[in-house]
This record gives sequence, structure tokens and C-alpha cells, in this order.
Amino acid sequence: MTEVIQVSDLEQGYGKTVVLKDINLTVNSGEILALIGPSGAGKTTLVSTIMGMLKPMKGQVTVLDTPMPNRQLLAKIGFMAQTDALYESLTANENLMFFGSMQGISRKALKEKIPYAANIVNLVPDLKKYVKDYSGGMKRRLSLAIALVSDPEILILDEPTVGIDPELRQQIWNELHKLANAGRTILLTTHVMEDAEEADDVMMIRNGAAIAQGTPKQLITEYGVKSSETVFLAAGRQQDAHTNND
Amino acid sequence: MRILTMIKRILTEMLRDKRTLALMFIAPLFILSLLYFLFQSNTDQTAALGVRNVDTTLVKAVNNNHVKIHQISSDKSAETIIRDHDYAGVLSQNGDHLTLTLQNSDQSKTAILKQSLQKGQIELKSKAARTAIKTQAKALKKMQAALAAVTRQMGRAGNGKQVAQPAAGKQLKAAPSYTVTTHYLYGSSNSTYFNTLLPILIGFVVFFFVFLISGIALLRERTTGTLNRLLATPIKRGEVIMGYLSGYGIFALIQTLLVVLFTIYVFNIQILGNIWNIFLINILLAVVALTLGLLISTFASSEFQMVQFIPIVVIPQIFFSGIIPVNQMADWLQPVAKIMPLYYGSQSMSDVIQKGATIGDIAPSLGILLIFVVVFLVLNMLSMRHYRQV
Repeated sequence: MTEVIQVSDLEQGYGKTVVLKDINLTVNSGEILALIGPSGAGKTTLVSTIMGMLKPMKGQVTVLDTPMPNRQLLAKIGFMAQTDALYESLTANENLMFFGSMQGISRKALKEKIPYAANIVNLVPDLKKYVKDYSGGMKRRLSLAIALVSDPEILILDEPTVGIDPELRQQIWNELHKLANAGRTILLTTHVMEDAEEADDVMMIRNGAAIAQGTPKQLITEYGVKSSETVFLAAGRQQDAHTNND
Repeated sequence: MRILTMIKRILTEMLRDKRTLALMFIAPLFILSLLYFLFQSNTDQTAALGVRNVDTTLVKAVNNNHVKIHQISSDKSAETIIRDHDYAGVLSQNGDHLTLTLQNSDQSKTAILKQSLQKGQIELKSKAARTAIKTQAKALKKMQAALAAVTRQMGRAGNGKQVAQPAAGKQLKAAPSYTVTTHYLYGSSNSTYFNTLLPILIGFVVFFFVFLISGIALLRERTTGTLNRLLATPIKRGEVIMGYLSGYGIFALIQTLLVVLFTIYVFNIQILGNIWNIFLINILLAVVALTLGLLISTFASSEFQMVQFIPIVVIPQIFFSGIIPVNQMADWLQPVAKIMPLYYGSQSMSDVIQKGATIGDIAPSLGILLIFVVVFLVLNMLSMRHYRQV
């Protein structure tokens, strides 16, 4: 197993505000890492930094042995943003074509890959519809299909399961496991425990700091609780107690 | 390759947005037509003048197509008469003294009355002068005859004098009656203020609409997050800017051609210079507006804020575009015009249309417009850093 994403001693923020501190994480090829934490914890900032949209204030981010930020490397990352960034006056198919060719895939290859990506998110019958006529959940699924369409080595998904029904969620997870088994590396953020439990590794973030890290099972035994939900609460209480002592 | 895909996407989006298309192509023509008609009515403006106890010869001299004379017999004050009848002015005479009271709420009417009165006075004076000259001429003729007799007696002293004398006589006869033929380098006697304004207006309309639409289009990309998403692909920042520039540039180009052709063929405007120079100026102006629109949208976080930039970015440019002649402005104000892209565009437009300037004459202005484009492009590139740092 090779290290695909490596973050060491990362400190990140905007101007003088520090959003993230002392973040260390490693994702190996074929692994799924879930970043879990309440909103405002700094998950999206961490994702942006790994993508190279932001330069690290301190520390280092390496993706596929390349220090980030690096523009060319973005071709190997399939990204799904937290907000659905879609062209509403275009059809789903046109959106997939556009972002696919921006990713550097030829039109010919895209014609084969679009049905595959759309199939994973159950959007095949709706490909010809305009995005403005899509429901919130459909837009979310289309965003995921855009991340998948270039068949990238690395998938970075920011809140992929928001607004997606349980049945489809299960289907998406099956597909993500399949991709991971085929050697793809997946990093996703969520604030739902069910998603975290599907991942190989979980990193809990709260107030910009990593408060717990490990496989879901490890964490449950470590904190001596029954579910991962309570792990999060326990770890949070510990962090509060710690900061109060400072 | 990526740029082509971006252009294609922008074209598809724009063609589906019928309202924006209509705004982009019809609104400029509508505004220009409206201005055309507004300035047409201005040529045969008349001012009503009330006259009291004024010599009929003067009244006759003052009267022309632009003045409507009303005789007043009442002895109310001039102010009351003006208010009651909505006259532009009242002229009253007391002995040798003339008093002109003006309403002055419409300066063009005031100017008509002042001008007509002056003209009338000059006419009367020259008439008086003419009669005086006639009597003088008679006296001169008598003297000349006497002089000729004297010269004959003196014998053939010199030829020069004899030649000079009849010439002087001819000059005297020719002096009082000039006939004036007017030649216009640009336009005709029917030219209105609109003809002066039109070259400036073409440039302004192109600038304004391109600025507005490109600014709002990129803003939409920023607020919906698609710009962010776009920069999460390996596209270069320069490619993004060039994509927008070419995509919206195509529409700006069509719009510019439409506006220029419309003004030339519908308003039948006379162009002394080369029409290709006019296209060149406007296309360059459109590119400046495009890059400026893209840049300004960086500082706006909503369409509403974008519209608020119009009074700051666009309106001052109108003031300095030549609608008010820049060389008549206060000295400290004149350099301000030099930082406005529209100033250079309008100046060269006026030069080409009205003075027949060649490409060499307008090259300096075009060069400055190009500098504006480069500066705005660089600033755009820098502002993209906010989204992605490589």
C-alpha cells in the first residue's frame, strides 16, 4: 500500500484567524477516510488545502508524492463540492461533458464514461433534462457523477450524502467500496455517523483540531462506548475539558 | 482545447438566456433611437418674447424663425407678464434704454433671445452705416471727378496714380454687400447636437452594455460556485480568463457591429474617416469594458452590488467622454479624463467620424486602450488567485 494523501503538521486559516491546527493524516491507496465533525469545524478548509486551492500556512500536504498546491495534479482528483456548482441552463449531460473535458478527458472517452457515472447515481433517464428542473437530491447526485466521470485515482467528496435517500445512499456506498477495492483513494467529509462507519478510517475534527482518529471499531473500543455516535460526544467532552484546563 | 469548450458553454448558456440576449442587442439600439428623436425636436425651438413700447424697426429686426413676438399693452411688471403668459422674456423700451427680462428656466431659449436681440441691433446699426456710406460715396465721387480734372491738367506725370484711383473707386462700391456661402467640413446646415454627440454615444453604449453583461455573467459564476468548481480542475487561470474573454467577446463583437451599422444606416450619419477604424475603436472599447466588467465583478458579491458599481465606474466616464468638452474643463479636472478608457474611445470616434482621422492619427489612443486591456487582464489574473493559488 502506498501513501496517496499525506498531511503533516498542517496549520491553516484565513488572514489571522486560524481554522485548522496540528492536522496529521495519511490516506493509503484503496482506502476510504471519512472526516467527521460539526459544521464550522474546518472540514471544507482541510479539503480545500488538500486539493491545493489554498496554500498551507504551516506544515505540508503531499498528494501522490507531489507537494500541494499543484495544478496538474488536479487532473487526478475527482472533486465534489459542498455546494452544487452546476450550470443551471445546461442539461445534466452538458454539465458532465463540460466538467469532464475541463478535467482533461477527450470527448470520445466522455461519451463512454458519462453513462457509467450517471448509472451509479441513477440519473441515466434524466441526463437530457435541464439542471434548473432538477430537485435538490438530483443536483447532489449529478455533482457526484461529475466527480466520478473522469475515473480519477483520488476522489475527494465534500458532504456527498446530504439530501440523498437511504436506498440510493446504500447504492453509492457499494460503488465507493468497489472503487476503493479497485485501488482508488477516497476522502470524504460528513457529519453523519452512518457514513463514517462505512469508511476504513475516521478522523474526527472539532474546532479546527483532530480529536480522534482510527478505524470506527478502534474508536468504539478506545472510548469504551457502544456506538460511534457516542465516541464523538465523548471525544468532544474530552477536548472541552482539555481546553478548560489550559 | 479547454478555452474552446468554455466558449462553447458560454455560447450555449447565452443563447438559452433569451432575455439577456434581447437586452444585449435591442436595448442599445432603443437608447440610441430614443436620443436621436429627443435631439431632433431641438432644432426648431422657438422662444416667446413679449415687447412693450419697442420701436417697430427694432422689433422687425429682432423677429426671426426662432422668436415669436407678442405685443404687450398692459403695464404690469415684466415678471408678472412672464409668469402669466409663460414667455421666455420681455423686452421694454424707455427712451434710448432697452430692458430685457428673461425667464431663464430654459437656457437655450435665453440664448435665442439674447442672440436675436444682438443680431437685430447689429442689423439696425449696419443699415444706418450703409446709408451713411452711400451719402459719403456720393461726396467721394464728386471729389474724384474734381481730382481727375486736376490730374488731367497736370499732364502725364505718372501711370501708377491713374491705375490706383479707379481701383479705389471699385473697392468702395463692393464693400457693403458681402454674400456668404457656407461650406461644412462635417455634416450640413441641418446638423444638430445629436451629430456631435453620436460618435461619443456609440462608444458609450458599446462600453456600458458590454461592461454590464460580462460583469454580471462572471458574477453569477462566482456566486453559484461554478468558478470555484472550475478551478478545481487542472485548467489554468489564464485559460479561464481567456475563455470568458472570447466567449463574451463574441457577443460584444456582434453587439458592436449592430450598433455601428444601425447608427450608420438608420440615422444616415456621415462618416469622414474609414468605417473599419470605427469598428476597430469600438471592438477595442468593448474588450476594455469586458475586462473591466470581469474585474469589477470580483469586488461585488451580488448582482445588486454589481449594479451599484455603475454610478462609480460608468457614469463618471460619460462626463469625461466629451459630452462636455474636456479642454473647457477646469485645469485640475482635465487630467481626470485621461484615466478614463471611454475618453480615448470617444475622442478617436469623434476624430474619425467628424474629422476623417486616419489609423495613424488614432493610433496613440488605441495604444492607450490596449494598455487598459493589459492592465485589467493582469489584475483579473491576480484576483483569480483568491480562488486558487496556483
